[in-house]
Amino acid sequence: MDRDVAIIGCGIVGAAVAYELAHCELDVEVIEKENDVAMGTSRANSAILHAGYDPAPGTLMAKLNVEGLELAKKLCGELNIPFRECGSMVIAFTEEEVEELKRLYERGVQNGVSGMRLLSGREALKAEPNLNGETRAALLALSAAIVSPWEYALSLAENAVANGVKIRFDSEVTGIDRLEGGFAVHTASGTVSARCVVNAAGLNAERIHNCVAAPSFSTLPDRGEYFLLDKSEGHCVEHVIFQCPTKVGKGTLVSPTVHGNLIVGPNNETPRDASDTATTRQGLDDVAHMAKKSVPSLNIRESIRNFAGVRAATDVDDFIIRHVDDTPGFIDLAGVKSPGLTAAPAIAKMTVALLRECGLNPVEKALWTTVPRPRRFSEMDADEKRRLLARDSSYGRVICRCETVTEGEIRDALRSVIPPRSVDGVKRRCGTGMGRCQGGFCAPRVVDLLARHYGVSPVRIPQDRSGMYLLTGETKTGEALECTI
Amino acid sequence: MYDLIVVGGGPAGLAAARAAAEEGLQKILIAERDGEPGGILNQCIHNGFGLHYFKEELTGPEYALRFVRMIQKTQVEMKLDTMVLDVRPDLTVSMIGRAEGYQVHEARSVVLAMGCRERTRGALAIPGARPAGILTAGTAQRYVNVEGYMVGRRVVILGSGDIGLIMARRMTLEGAKVLACVEIMPYSGGLARNIAQCLHDNDIPLYLSHTLVDIRGRDRVEGVTAAKVDDLKNPVPGTEFTLDCDTILLSVGLIPENELTRKAGISMDERTRGAYVFDNMETTTPGIFACGNVVHVHDLVDYVTLEGERAGRAAAAYVNGGCGSADARTIALRADGDVSYTVPQYLRLSGEDAGSVPVFFRVRRNIVEGTVVVRDGDEKVAAFTRKHMSPGEMERIALPLRLLGRVRAGELSITVEKVAS
Ligand SMILES: Cc1cc2nc3c(=O)[nH]c(=O)nc-3n(C[C@H](O)[C@H](O)[C@H](O)COP(=O)(O)OP(=O)(O)OC[C@H]3O[C@@H](n4cnc5c(N)ncnc54)[C@H](O)[C@@H]3O)c2cc1C
Ligand SMILES: Cc1cc2nc3c(=O)[nH]c(=O)nc-3n(C[C@H](O)[C@H](O)[C@H](O)COP(=O)(O)OP(=O)(O)OC[C@H]3O[C@@H](n4cnc5c(N)ncnc54)[C@H](O)[C@@H]3O)c2cc1C
Repeated sequence: MDRDVAIIGCGIVGAAVAYELAHCELDVEVIEKENDVAMGTSRANSAILHAGYDPAPGTLMAKLNVEGLELAKKLCGELNIPFRECGSMVIAFTEEEVEELKRLYERGVQNGVSGMRLLSGREALKAEPNLNGETRAALLALSAAIVSPWEYALSLAENAVANGVKIRFDSEVTGIDRLEGGFAVHTASGTVSARCVVNAAGLNAERIHNCVAAPSFSTLPDRGEYFLLDKSEGHCVEHVIFQCPTKVGKGTLVSPTVHGNLIVGPNNETPRDASDTATTRQGLDDVAHMAKKSVPSLNIRESIRNFAGVRAATDVDDFIIRHVDDTPGFIDLAGVKSPGLTAAPAIAKMTVALLRECGLNPVEKALWTTVPRPRRFSEMDADEKRRLLARDSSYGRVICRCETVTEGEIRDALRSVIPPRSVDGVKRRCGTGMGRCQGGFCAPRVVDLLARHYGVSPVRIPQDRSGMYLLTGETKTGEALECTI
Repeated sequence: MYDLIVVGGGPAGLAAARAAAEEGLQKILIAERDGEPGGILNQCIHNGFGLHYFKEELTGPEYALRFVRMIQKTQVEMKLDTMVLDVRPDLTVSMIGRAEGYQVHEARSVVLAMGCRERTRGALAIPGARPAGILTAGTAQRYVNVEGYMVGRRVVILGSGDIGLIMARRMTLEGAKVLACVEIMPYSGGLARNIAQCLHDNDIPLYLSHTLVDIRGRDRVEGVTAAKVDDLKNPVPGTEFTLDCDTILLSVGLIPENELTRKAGISMDERTRGAYVFDNMETTTPGIFACGNVVHVHDLVDYVTLEGERAGRAAAAYVNGGCGSADARTIALRADGDVSYTVPQYLRLSGEDAGSVPVFFRVRRNIVEGTVVVRDGDEKVAAFTRKHMSPGEMERIALPLRLLGRVRAGELSITVEKVAS
């Protein structure tokens, strides 16, 4: 066998499992279809670390949400992952909704959530003056937090790799064969054999499961669309603002993001297929309409970007985290819908326990190297900036003007353990193109830096996934027109 | 301590620095974040610059070069690759640069000349997929004209701003097929001459009152759906048609780049998205002036230059203690009716009688045979007739100071009326 464990998928769940396993004397490889970490649902969601009053008591979702929240906060602190404990509020407009808040509170108590408080309408409005004046009551949950989901997944994957885990990108799993004492995982870039397989393929988990076992659940993809507003609106609310949950989900929220913007969404609708992350006019109109119910003064005109994410809901109303029956060594981490981002580190710990049951006997490594996320230049104070620039002048060349990202930071990312391979890969690591001009200014400069680093023509640099080409060739003159003065 | 720090070395900043030097200011600094001065002109390799100012037709880089040469003859210091991070109301300016690291400088006056940026897809909330191949016209212009790379083969242009029109022609010359230019308004956003030379001459259809309602494609754009819009700009069902393109260039407006201005606490005009300015281009913060596209979006560089010169001269006067005398009277200009804004928004009258104040504005819709009317309460102060006005072209009137002396109210209203036939 090539490996002890093969993890399929490098979203937040795959990355968290890799991080956990990296602590053990095991040979682990992560197999990812795309060219980077967090290319699926883990980068297109609400980015909330939920307090845990939503899931029904007794479910895996309830247990792993509450456990995951504590673990996630610890990880974010240790690894310098952007997060903020801003707390959340569920607001109620009607008597029935006020009753629903009480039920949520009770549920929270049963699930072991701490730091909850029921507020009167007046108290809620005092804390959040931009809320709808008709707010009658609110459930405040102090433990809820916001996080940068892709930096979170990246950081876990980077630390895993820095401690010996391998990752292969652009390697879609196309089939799996059972072997004596393990599996042969066939991918677009060759076959990996492993004693155990962890299926963390997100929306494709059903397909991966069906490669080795009889179908046992079916995926019901559910899309949510968002607006991301300019930083000028970032302080419109200070807490995550939810409306009362409905049958389909937690409803449309309005929340600050860790990068200082405001996120507004999602809705619920059925996409054409699990990979369909398009937005629709109707969907966006609905989101804007719903959100204005919470915050009537919401300035949706300051939108800088729309996006959509697809929830990996299934016909099982819980996470599916288990050995596949009659296939020892094969573990499904499927149906990881919300609060999956929050639960991920707890899912990972549970996975390690399941692997032990498979006969894997991981011993903890003696040595561990922590690779914290680098501090961003724009977050530094004047003295730090001065010192850094005195040491290395490349931090004096600003590549992204909206977010003040410097060449030095991009160079550091290109030298990191999982270097970016696309314009958006640099964006996820350094924040280029995240701002109001959405990369209009910096994209050509980022393309240039990537092309130089990899020694290829700019034409070969993708926007995001491999194949998302930006440039179609050279101009007729071929050479760049000299505009020097 | 500098007499003047100019933020941005585009045509506005260059003109301001030069004018201030001519007025005798000694220590002047231009901070420019790019590796060379000239601003947006450096990527505009087409003709059409300088007709008013130099009475000849230059390319963008040629126009910039003239000013750079003039600056080189003065003592103005230019720091390139240097980005200003902060301008404080007490006139300290912090910046970072490759060569000199992090620096904080004090100044006696500051001119803001940061230009503007393009509006993006997110600002319009255009629905659909998010493949590669959707970019602003200015970014495309940079790839094509400066970097030497093509951005697509079959192109749809959304919006009819000047950059989009110019890129329609440029892409055609480079062998791409431009399928259409789609504009949501019932009129074009660009100059009439660009519609003629860039679209008509290349047989590119212009769909007015149309917009994009869907974008398709997984990795790269595979096509778009366009539709007609009604008066409220909502798509009209049944009018959809598809265009089979691999690229969408957005030319849907420019937004003044005012992050520094806002951080400095300077009052902003919601309509121009630039600072409120007096006739000498001073902002509401004493000693801080602004000019060019950072104040309001211009279509002709010649007026940018003139505005820059006014700001530069005023900064010099401020430093020399001769501007904004306390007893000057302030009159507000109010944009009414079809006038969407004015620059300046305030006039400061110091009793002078000779000369005039230029006032720039835009209209909200196409107007044939219109009169620009300036009123003091009910009383008509001045009127200027125009054969044709359109939102795509900036309008300019010169208000004689002699008339302004007589104004009674604290406010003048500017409107456009149809000439009675
Ligand atoms: C709209 C929305 C809002 C949400 N909001 C929140 C929230 O606020 N808080 C919260 O806790 N949770 C939230 N969630 C849920 C959370 O985002 C998910 O639970 C979590 O991201 C799931 O992570 P994952 O790693 O399982 O899946 P993914 O991130 O989708 O990762 C799966 C990975 O597997 C790869 N893959 C797929 N097929 C193959 C293959 N054949 N071979 C190799 N690799 C493959 C994919 O490329 C992908 O990288 C939200 C979800 C959505 C959709
Ligand atoms: C594509 C296009 C085509 C045009 N065609 C014509 C034409 O044919 N004829 C015509 O007359 N006019 C034309 N114009 C209009 C004219 O070019 C512009 O109005 C003019 O360049 C604006 O000048 P500016 O100095 O205000 O801004 P810019 O030229 O944008 O200059 C601003 C400068 O400030 C710098 N800057 C910004 N922020 C900072 C900071 N924080 N620190 C340091 N530096 C900073 C920028 O790098 C830039 O160099 C065109 C414009 C465009 C965009």
